[in-house]
Amino acid sequence: MSQRISRLARLAAALAVAGAATAAQAVTEIQWWHAQTGGNNERINALAKQFNESQSDYKVNAVYKGSYPEAMAAAIAAYRAGNAPHILQVFEVGTATMMAAKGAIKPAYEVMSEAGEKFDPKAYVPAVAGYYMNSKGQMLSFPFNSSTTVFWYNKDAFEKAGLDPNRAPQTWPEVVSAMAKLKASGHACPFTTGWQTWTQLESFSAWHNVPFLTKENGFAGSDAQLVFNGPIQVRHIENMQDWLKKGYFVYGGRKNEPEAKFYSGECAMMTTSSAAYATIKQQAKFKFAESTLPYYADVPGAPQNTIIGGASLWIMAGKNKDEYKGVAKFLTFLSQPEVQAQFSQATGYLPITMAAYELTKKSGFYEKNPGTDVAVQQMIVKTTNNSRGIRAGNMPQIRDAMDEELEAVWAGKKTAKQGLDDAVKRGNEIIERFNKANKG
Amino acid sequence: MEKRARFESRWLPYALIAPQLVITIVFFFLPASQALYQSLLVQDAFGTSTQFVWFDNFSDLFRNSEYLSSFKVTAIFSLLVAVLGLSVSLVLAALADHVVRGAGVYKTLLIWPYAVAPAIAAVLWLFLFNPTLGVVAHWLKGLGIKWDPLLDGTDALTMVVIAAVWKQISYNFLFFLAGLQSIPKSLIEAAAIDGAGPVKRFVTIVFPLLSPTTFFLLVVNIVYAFIDTFGIIDAATSGGPGQATQILVYKVYADGFKGLDLGSSYAQSVVLMVILITLTVVQFRYVERKVQY
Repeated sequence: MSQRISRLARLAAALAVAGAATAAQAVTEIQWWHAQTGGNNERINALAKQFNESQSDYKVNAVYKGSYPEAMAAAIAAYRAGNAPHILQVFEVGTATMMAAKGAIKPAYEVMSEAGEKFDPKAYVPAVAGYYMNSKGQMLSFPFNSSTTVFWYNKDAFEKAGLDPNRAPQTWPEVVSAMAKLKASGHACPFTTGWQTWTQLESFSAWHNVPFLTKENGFAGSDAQLVFNGPIQVRHIENMQDWLKKGYFVYGGRKNEPEAKFYSGECAMMTTSSAAYATIKQQAKFKFAESTLPYYADVPGAPQNTIIGGASLWIMAGKNKDEYKGVAKFLTFLSQPEVQAQFSQATGYLPITMAAYELTKKSGFYEKNPGTDVAVQQMIVKTTNNSRGIRAGNMPQIRDAMDEELEAVWAGKKTAKQGLDDAVKRGNEIIERFNKANKG
Repeated sequence: MEKRARFESRWLPYALIAPQLVITIVFFFLPASQALYQSLLVQDAFGTSTQFVWFDNFSDLFRNSEYLSSFKVTAIFSLLVAVLGLSVSLVLAALADHVVRGAGVYKTLLIWPYAVAPAIAAVLWLFLFNPTLGVVAHWLKGLGIKWDPLLDGTDALTMVVIAAVWKQISYNFLFFLAGLQSIPKSLIEAAAIDGAGPVKRFVTIVFPLLSPTTFFLLVVNIVYAFIDTFGIIDAATSGGPGQATQILVYKVYADGFKGLDLGSSYAQSVVLMVILITLTVVQFRYVERKVQY
């Protein structure tokens, strides 16, 4: 009998110790939903691991949730079911939707100041910070991976066509003469473009310092109207239609599909994201170089700066104080120049803070990988109201409308003016629906 | 003689149909009524602000010329898929019915495509028709035919129709073959003795006797073309170029999941539901009368 009691007592004691141990180890888990694939996915996991090992109070779980729109749709469904992640990676065109969802998100500046963590918008490259700022200059989300639009060309093909492989065409007229020479040398596809709406209209407008939409490109109010059917944009799209007819420009799809045409050697020049670097470097069996986006030299104010792509991290509402503290600690970890410089060098995304840029420069990375600093050079200027970024609700849908109208122009069914007018008209209807839905 | 079955017990018949009823309620009536209700709302993506707007979502839709063009695309696409799918598989089934040696192999091979997921079928055809890599595109170029599904709407539509038809042939083939095999041989032999040739026999005897199968397959194929081809469209063209392959069900997805405009997406799915119900009712009321069981 007494033996049994003592055994029970021992068991109870053991349970009590076990309980105390779990209480001491209670780490706060933080869910981070993202949309990075391949090598970038590995980088994300490495970041989470590095943070988890650096301290013992919080544990960040990085979860891949599909493409950008899929991750966003998944988080929306989870939020509606009361199950949202703490941190969500949202692509740049989802920014306006997130900003309008006031009850669903907690602004990044608020999370950081409540936790007493430092978060200075001025530390960031201006065109990056501006994109995610409200009208009071407060950061609503945390800039993470940013890319921009750049120009790529095949040096071997340039040489074969009798062009100087060490000098990239700077302006569109120079691109035209390069296209003609490439065509004459037997190249079937002198030029193609990835992300046509981003490179040829959104970033194109900022680069030429002309508005994309009214109200400072939507930054000064959500009732903005699209105006990308101005004379400069129409002229450019008209030119592209002409190049397509002449066989100078080959259309390859709406998103990054055309990039395959470049690294397979089929197309000699391409405008697309700077984040294509890793893939091109891996796949291309020829010498290539990266350069600034071409512009029309007769347009006053050009070149200004290009617009960012990529994504930022949003913090979802409805979590407890301790969890927010962990989120803030993690974001501070991500803000370190060393972490950012490393991430940028491995992925081809921009170094998003000036400190990370300086660090990368000092490490000699840009000398070893010439051209990789083009993207940064295009961005580190003071932005204007036309170049800070684009803020329009339902931007993914607007892009679809733009893509469809551009395809009608390329197919010769519409003139450039007609196509852009129709895209503007359809886009404005989409903005109107967005404002209607976000009135309350 | 009393044809109707009679149950002694009061509750047994209800108990017997209960599982089917529960499934229909949970998987059809509940979501459908939810869609009906949501189609009257305008909501932001996160559902933080909601307004009841009556039929604004619908009137917005029918004022939208892109939506109306999507109807035309859907009609052309569905008609092509149903007619081509049925005729090709009928020919295949009629031929397979005559094969004596190796019939099992033919039949198995013809049934294979049904085991392929729609998205994979689309990618497969996409590769064949890809203007730079595709074998078929290469042949077409050799024949002097301009082929560019990325920019030419007709080319893109042709490509998705072929993929959708190919995917459905096996299903149709199976039913047609079963239908053919259930036709009494004596009827056909009698006609042959009377001097009717193979074509005449097919037109006057086989085809009328197959009509219940054909009718059933027509309904199934129309529904397939309307709804199940989503995966093919998504993987092959994403509705492009322009809106050349944007069928109604794809627009429901694009506006709802990619565009996050839920009110409009719900309204579109209600319209789609009404169309499908109407089509099925019409088929059962008018076409079925011409069917001989």
